[in-house]
Amino acid sequence: MPHIRPIPTLTEKKLLELETRANQIRKDLIEMLTVAGSGHSAGPLGLADIFTALYFHVLRHDPKKPMWEMRDRLLLSCGHVVPIRYVAMAHAGYFPKHELMTLRKLGSRLQGHPEISHMPALENTSGPLGDGSPQSAGLAYIAKKEELPWHTYCILSDGELEAGITWEAAMFAAKYDLHNLTWIIDRNNIQIDGYTKDVMPLEPLRQKFESFNFHVIEVDGHNIAEFVDACRYAQSIWEHPVVIIAHTIPGKGVDFMEFDYKWHGAPPGKGPEDKVARNKQRETALKQIRTLGGTIQSECE
Amino acid sequence: MAKNEKSNLVSGWKQRKEVQMVPTRNGFGEGLLECGEKNSNTYVICADLTESTRTAAFEEAFPERFVRFGVAEQAMAAVAAGMALAGKRVWIASYAAFSPGRNWEQIRTTACLQNQNVKIAGAHAGVSVGPDGATHQMIEDIALMRVLPNMTVLVPCDAEETRKATILANEIDGPVYVRFAREKSPVFTKKDTPFELGKAQVFRNGDDIALIGCGTLVYECLHAAELLSEIGIEARVINNASVKPMDEETILKAAKECGAIVTVEEAQVAGGMGSAVAEFLAEHHPTPLSRIGMQDRFGESGEPQELLEHFKLTAPHIKTEALRVLKRKN
Ligand SMILES: Cc1ncc(C[n+]2csc(CCOP(=O)(O)OP(=O)(O)O)c2C)c(N)n1
Ligand SMILES: [Mg+2]
Repeated sequence: MPHIRPIPTLTEKKLLELETRANQIRKDLIEMLTVAGSGHSAGPLGLADIFTALYFHVLRHDPKKPMWEMRDRLLLSCGHVVPIRYVAMAHAGYFPKHELMTLRKLGSRLQGHPEISHMPALENTSGPLGDGSPQSAGLAYIAKKEELPWHTYCILSDGELEAGITWEAAMFAAKYDLHNLTWIIDRNNIQIDGYTKDVMPLEPLRQKFESFNFHVIEVDGHNIAEFVDACRYAQSIWEHPVVIIAHTIPGKGVDFMEFDYKWHGAPPGKGPEDKVARNKQRETALKQIRTLGGTIQSECE
Repeated sequence: MAKNEKSNLVSGWKQRKEVQMVPTRNGFGEGLLECGEKNSNTYVICADLTESTRTAAFEEAFPERFVRFGVAEQAMAAVAAGMALAGKRVWIASYAAFSPGRNWEQIRTTACLQNQNVKIAGAHAGVSVGPDGATHQMIEDIALMRVLPNMTVLVPCDAEETRKATILANEIDGPVYVRFAREKSPVFTKKDTPFELGKAQVFRNGDDIALIGCGTLVYECLHAAELLSEIGIEARVINNASVKPMDEETILKAAKECGAIVTVEEAQVAGGMGSAVAEFLAEHHPTPLSRIGMQDRFGESGEPQELLEHFKLTAPHIKTEALRVLKRKN
């Protein structure tokens, strides 16, 4: 019988809290990237809702005891999206928010790509795509074998799936029915050179994973309730590792970044200028996030 | 003094503020375009970094000889070898951390052991990659490539020389590694500065000590020589871009005539260009020597220039190291 710590159901009130939090996290992300002067915007914005859900509802963790042995493990395989993780962690209380402004600077714990030698709570060092998911399988393998109660989550980007190592790890995870492992795919359809379907088509992605003996759940990656449900559902699957394919919008929340692969690796103030001038990118982005989804309509207009 | 200086270097190279700044990767992009024009057997494969490896111009000019491969450096290397088996000259382009960092075995077996025309373009090498941090700052690539039989290793010093190195690499039969960097760096060589396989260029004459560099830090060697000259020490500056095959004659001559050596590279000293010099001299003419580079550690996030200072890779540090080695000279 698997060792499971059920994820609590999500109340309406909590959902609203999470949505508000995700918005705040997006704003801090924009401020942080602008100050850093380099770094990735599209992927991190697209993952804001998922990271909020993970750190504020799904994960068993203790920011005051980051290395608590029984914590759930959250690995990042696509290290370039780490800015969103840093902001979520600061919000959760892992370190002071002002430290976000040291991103990518000499001596900072917030390296351009995550490094556990600088901050152990990041769980794994990543950046070179493909290396995180096999490590998550290694962790889950030991946890299952030793009947440890924690769950292992790993976030992968879609372009990353082109790396063969992902599928080598998938075979291993399926061979040992690592049901205590959940991969979350940021299916945002972009990579550096363009849309994934043009650079290297990934579809049919669901069938690929199914044929590798994963249980596949597809969600709207911006619907926090749906995502939390998927994580809860994943806990009830005992015979396979689970992959949640989260359909996301790169740059979500900032219309001039949304769906645009040119924003993969640029921060506000240094991005493409076709829609918004560089010196206006930060403030325009912040303004849009404030009114995101019409939920918090034009408070200052 | 400085007999070759006039013929080999652009005038005004000494003025840091005036010298033209161009990333070496741009020279690669230009050279690649020339390769494509000269030889219709030239193919390019890129692993999702078309813009930043500067292969976009080739893609635009020769779309039918360009492949966007996605994030798959291992297969990219072996597919290139397959195309080479079919008679093509195939460039694979990515960041050095991933190619040759990730696909070393594929390069070893399919490119080197089979001795095929696979040309590896290693972009964003060195710590000057900057804020991306250690994962992306490739500093072990020279070592990785240098140990492979049949492999040629070229580490050009500026954009102009990278252009030449690219053209040369395409002409050589067999696997070649060309290393270049992300940041803008001084263009201090000229169109007619010689660049030959297995030949090092003496950029400055001097008999007191030899500064042997490769890559963009050769420019720092030249400035270090100026600093040394101010205190009466004349340093010979050697651009050792052809790391393999290496110009043993020029190195041996420098060892004999100068009697002290500092090697300089933006790479791990273990196994790097300096190690190649040290190995050769240990067997043929033991000489007091010191290797400047990354000293058995990884890089970290920071601004490129800040990191070069932090890791002691710039002219003042080269001068300090030269003075230390000179104490061991007999
Ligand atoms: C092994 C490897 N090759 C290349 C890169 C350079 N790189 C960084 S992100 C990326 C692809 C981006 O696509 P995706 O992973 O989907 O991320 P997104 O743009 O959606 O955030 C590439 C090629 C890398 N980090 N690792
Ligand atoms: Mg993507």
